[in-house]
Amino acid sequence: MEESYQVTEQCSGQTFRCKAGQSILKAMEQQGLKCVPVGCRGGGCGFCKITVLNGDFECGKMSRVHVPPEAIEQGEVLACRIYPLSNLIIECRPQPAGRLASEHTTTKVLR
Amino acid sequence: MKKGVMRPGHVQIRVLDMDEAVKHYKDLLGLIEMDRDDQGRVYLKGWTEVDKFSVVLREADEPGMDFMGFKCLDEDVLGQLRSELLERGCEVEDIPEGELKDCGRRIRFIAPTGHAFELYATKKQTGKWGVGNHNPEAWPRGLEGIKATRFDHCLLYGPNLDETLDLFRDVLGFDLAEQVIAPDGKRVAQFLTVSTKAHDIAFIHHEEPGKFHHASFFLETWQDVLKAADLLSMTDTSIDIGPTRHGLTHGQTIYFFDPSGNRNEVFAGGDYHYPDHEPVTWDAEELGKAIFYHDRVLNERFLTVLT
Repeated sequence: MEESYQVTEQCSGQTFRCKAGQSILKAMEQQGLKCVPVGCRGGGCGFCKITVLNGDFECGKMSRVHVPPEAIEQGEVLACRIYPLSNLIIECRPQPAGRLASEHTTTKVLR
Repeated sequence: MKKGVMRPGHVQIRVLDMDEAVKHYKDLLGLIEMDRDDQGRVYLKGWTEVDKFSVVLREADEPGMDFMGFKCLDEDVLGQLRSELLERGCEVEDIPEGELKDCGRRIRFIAPTGHAFELYATKKQTGKWGVGNHNPEAWPRGLEGIKATRFDHCLLYGPNLDETLDLFRDVLGFDLAEQVIAPDGKRVAQFLTVSTKAHDIAFIHHEEPGKFHHASFFLETWQDVLKAADLLSMTDTSIDIGPTRHGLTHGQTIYFFDPSGNRNEVFAGGDYHYPDHEPVTWDAEELGKAIFYHDRVLNERFLTVLT
């Protein structure tokens, strides 16, 4: 059987399986879950930012604006660009104030 | 009033991984690779385009758009527009001939939305790829993937839409073809044209300056849009939304992302605009229908996911 790992998102308590070599965002989407917001799926927009609290993973390329090198050290990464090497506990916090908050303000204006 | 700006001529897009990006823009979107330079930039174009290139990819740590360029009628027009930009108080940067391969001098300025734009008048013309202009056949063999015919426009997000419209209309000769107006009377989206196309450049209001929403490429038919969707699924490419129709411009469309998260559009059809036409206006309350004519509901991602 193909190797897979368990990913647990702490805020929602949701758990899903992720195959080795698959991004955890893709695994989440395939299982119909929504505990992490889905953006470009290409490491560019920063929408799916999470913190990995526990576990090992590999990273693909991510926009430096959203994930500076020091953030990776803290486990602050984009779910579309991380590939588990063990079971993972992640946390997807509500979007921080500042830049994303202003985006939401814009959305309200447009509505 | 037309000022001698002809059309969108090029866009330089930042990508995180050049090999993946070339695969996307060449093999999937179907652009033709025309050249590379010693900075590692890759030059591409749609097969119907007469000039040598329209898309330039540059590898960087952060995706997004470096600049968009408009081609002008000739070098005299370019000089005139440079003076008018300076008179207007714009800071102008002169980029020497050859900085982009086979492209003449470029005049760069920053729009009030925070985006870098360029004007230029000279670029090597290699002709329509595979057919030329002498007894040309209908289309060339050997096109790949979605077979995008040409780079058409960009949609950009940033602040100061009024000042940007004034600059593009008064100095560069664009017309306002379509707009979205909020209940308080504020214009929150503007689609500008310098031709008879529904848009050559579009802006949506956003607090953060200089954000890139998408670069768009033209297809001939709705069937081509559907086949593009098939190819996106076949290659497991990230789709944003579609195939569907826009209310704004009424084009038939699909949105998707390149491997660095930059949004692309391919579309067919769409309205036309002449300088004597009043702008088409959508109320912000109808924005769902204005953007996605069939769903009539906004996709949050369309409004907020940017590079």
